Amino acid sequence: MTVATLQEAPPKRLELESAVVRFAGDSGDGMQLTGGQFTQATALAGNDLATFPDFPAEIRAPVGTTFGVSAFQINFGARDIRTSGDAFDCLVAMNPAALKVELKGLRPGGLLIIDTGSFNDRNLKKAGYDSNPLDDNALAAYQVVTIDISALTMEAVKDSGLSKKDALRCKNMWTLGYVYWLFGRDRTPTVEGLRAKFAKKPEIAEANIAALNAGHALGETSEVDFPGYHVPQAEIQPGLYRTVTGAEALAYGLAVGASLAEIPMFFGSYPITPASNLLHNLSRMKQFGVTTFQAEDEIAAACSAIGASYAGQLGVTSSSGPGVALKTEAIGLAIGVELPLIIVNVQRAGPSTGMPTKTEQSDLYQSVYGRNADSPVVVLAARSPGDCFEVAIEACRIATQFMTPVYLLSDGYIGNASEPWLIPDVDTYEHFPVKFHTETEGFHPFLRNPETLARAWAKPGTPGLEHRIGGIEKDYNSGHISYTPENHQKMTETRHQKIANVAKTIPDQDVEVGETSGKLAVVGWGSTFGPVSRAVQNLRDEGLDVSHIHIRHIWPLPSNLGELLSGYEKVLVPEMNTGQLLTVLRAEYLIPAKGLNKVAGQPFKIAEVEAAIRDELES
Amino acid sequence: MNAVTQKEKLTAKDFATDQEVRWCPGCGDYAILKAMQKAMADMGQSTEDNVFVSGIGCAARFPYYMATYGFHTIHGRAPAFATGIKLANPDLNVWVVGGDGDMLSIGANHLMHVLRRNVDLQVLLFNNEIYGLTKGQYSPTSREGTKSPSTPLGSVDRPIDACTYALGAGATFIARGIDSQQKHLPGIFQAASEHKGASFVEVLQNCIVYNDGVFNEFTDRDVAADRQVHVEAGKPLIYGADGNKGIRLNLKTLSLEEVVVGENGVTEADLLVHDPSNHTLAGMLAAMNGRDLPVALGVLYCSREDTYEAAVHDQINAAKSSAKITNFNDLLRTGHTWVAGG
Ligand SMILES: Cc1ncc(C[n+]2csc(CCOP(=O)(O)OP(=O)(O)O)c2C)c(N)n1
Ligand code: SF4
Repeated sequence: MTVATLQEAPPKRLELESAVVRFAGDSGDGMQLTGGQFTQATALAGNDLATFPDFPAEIRAPVGTTFGVSAFQINFGARDIRTSGDAFDCLVAMNPAALKVELKGLRPGGLLIIDTGSFNDRNLKKAGYDSNPLDDNALAAYQVVTIDISALTMEAVKDSGLSKKDALRCKNMWTLGYVYWLFGRDRTPTVEGLRAKFAKKPEIAEANIAALNAGHALGETSEVDFPGYHVPQAEIQPGLYRTVTGAEALAYGLAVGASLAEIPMFFGSYPITPASNLLHNLSRMKQFGVTTFQAEDEIAAACSAIGASYAGQLGVTSSSGPGVALKTEAIGLAIGVELPLIIVNVQRAGPSTGMPTKTEQSDLYQSVYGRNADSPVVVLAARSPGDCFEVAIEACRIATQFMTPVYLLSDGYIGNASEPWLIPDVDTYEHFPVKFHTETEGFHPFLRNPETLARAWAKPGTPGLEHRIGGIEKDYNSGHISYTPENHQKMTETRHQKIANVAKTIPDQDVEVGETSGKLAVVGWGSTFGPVSRAVQNLRDEGLDVSHIHIRHIWPLPSNLGELLSGYEKVLVPEMNTGQLLTVLRAEYLIPAKGLNKVAGQPFKIAEVEAAIRDELES
Repeated sequence: MNAVTQKEKLTAKDFATDQEVRWCPGCGDYAILKAMQKAMADMGQSTEDNVFVSGIGCAARFPYYMATYGFHTIHGRAPAFATGIKLANPDLNVWVVGGDGDMLSIGANHLMHVLRRNVDLQVLLFNNEIYGLTKGQYSPTSREGTKSPSTPLGSVDRPIDACTYALGAGATFIARGIDSQQKHLPGIFQAASEHKGASFVEVLQNCIVYNDGVFNEFTDRDVAADRQVHVEAGKPLIYGADGNKGIRLNLKTLSLEEVVVGENGVTEADLLVHDPSNHTLAGMLAAMNGRDLPVALGVLYCSREDTYEAAVHDQINAAKSSAKITNFNDLLRTGHTWVAGG
């Protein structure tokens, strides 16, 4: 049969505009690595893409159980890709538990690749199956490819000299090889990558490569009537690309932002899922003058960053919701003493511990309102992994120019997901150098820039500017402690006005997709960008009158936003919370906006947003 | 700090601000402030290179009265702010000031970590065994049975000893002083400032309003000489109105005991000689509370260790000198890149 296929013209691959593939297996099966490799190969093949690593909450869940299933999803295509995809076109299930958990996400008619080698009685029982789904009619709605991947992997690596356990570990590479064939991917970078990674253990590298090649070969030689797919290259903005996760882009953006402010950056943090990756990334950037400090808790992390800002650096702290809650009192102090501080909040689901590995956008209230007393701050939100870079730079600019804390909202999805990133040229970014106060004449620490209302920043160590600051209310005219009623009124209003002034330095709100007025505006923020913009685009292609507005500056809001929104008959606000931006927009602009709210720990699906838009337009 | 300064030497007065001091008349904090201003002048310090960082409490008002840089922060967290300040600018001479509530209740965690990291700064804990600012509730150093608004029947908490805590936390310098002892306090502050690493200084401070006379057992004029031992490196632990009391180690019980030189065949040679580098001795001295044994005052412990901020900066400098990628554009282009479109 092999000979026959070689002589005949190879069957033409099916052409797809885009495809969603999900790799799912046990935590120990190496699904994240497999997904990462496939992402690299797909990027190199010229597709646009978005990924979604979906980890179990448990560090080491018992093997074969449903709560130990680890998955990696990628959406790639010949067009602009904005989400990690709705229903999967292809699901790889490495064991019964993965099938049990993930099957509901596979579209009817979708391709299901199953390692039959793991479908033994024990694993089926652990996954909660009464009978083997391969034997009954359970999978009739799908195109099922059953392969004994375990056995074929053992066969492929039998000469490697590896133990049985180590040999079986290569089955993810076998699977990857097969999926590479399925989508016509080049194996070379993966082979090179494996050789580099296991330079000290060449036998492991070679075994993995053998498995990869074997998986690929099976695809090429097995079924003539199953030709594989072809996803043409996407039309993307020309330039040099790499993939970037939100955590990486944030780390780069913060460090670049501090360098544009021309002061060193200090990062104080305490580990918490899913914010820890930022700490890990910045800890590797010491050569850029970044100081990282793993504090004893979130409070100390925020306080140390404020201390560094007091001493003349750009203090940055990061956490997730529960940790940010602990930082709140310190943030209030930074507001009161008017020092720059960036608080990165990589949001996660639920109150308190909630669902640490799942995503949500429910810390908007916490950022905009969540402090004691009248204590306004700036709040920014990133929309995608790559966007974290730009938002981080903007946070650095505002924090230093306005002497204020700035919240930077990311979320678990943005933080972990990766996307192709058109690498910016850092040299083209405008500097916003900090000018420390040095003039001793008439100095007091709460002297203000008349335009921005930002106070003077005098570095300890400067002769003649010795001063004391603290949380206690200060006199507007001297900076000394003051309890007079009129003064507190004035200082409160000044702090409020200072933050309002930030709006004068931010771009007007634009319309992402669609018209600047019309029947319906869909207003989003943060990581819902992908599904919302795709849904709006899809419906506009059908001729519906709907536009997408995506807000980066959550507080203060862009100056023109109220007027812009008043140009639409209806406003719909999709959020992964119960309606937080919605409340702000209603309060600020007295508009009858409606919410579309999903609090499931999972990103919106495009179809969900589309359905809500149709409802809204029809009602 | 500014070892060679060309400027005229400042006087104690130069370290006072024009702000009205707002402690209760007779509060021990006044004396501590005076001792600090004198210590600054004695050391030839400048006003611009010193930073006082405090938490919240009466004691924590201290920075407003020092004509240096100062940051009055939030309750208990001053050590964390100070760590950020020192890491950002190791040239600053950083002082942390707080009360027993500030540093041993809400802030005990931060205190422990600043000490064990050995950040080069001075922690001054003004211990009045009470919460002053919030009007007299008992504190973690209050003795059992302390009656206060929140413990009308007497407290049942067992108190903590500040110096013992600091020693356990890994402090590399520990000293104890009394607010009223103007002869000793400036010297203690100076020794703390000169120590490279985290210096912990407990100052026993009288809160005249809520805990007046709590230290009388060993500070009253008629008992002071017999109930206090001022320790000095290389000198025997000797004290007393007649200069004949001493501290000896009982080898059977491995505990300290009070002896009288000249009685029961005890000679000066039997007494312990203070060695500030002896950790075990420091622990025993710290635990003496003025009741069974006199209270130990002066530098109880001092050992030289590498400082935290130096280690952090060494790593940063090493990273800078060995880094292959030193500009952002190169950094962003690391790993797999590809050219698309065009
Ligand atoms: C977060 C927080 N909790 C509580 C308080 C109230 N508070 C202020 S000072 C203080 C205790 C002060 O006692 P201590 O540290 O011994 O200092 P002293 O006033 O005796 O000098 C308390 C409980 C506060 N300011 N902040
Ligand atoms: S309450 Fe006590 S500690 Fe506070 S100022 Fe008055 S005397 Fe001093």
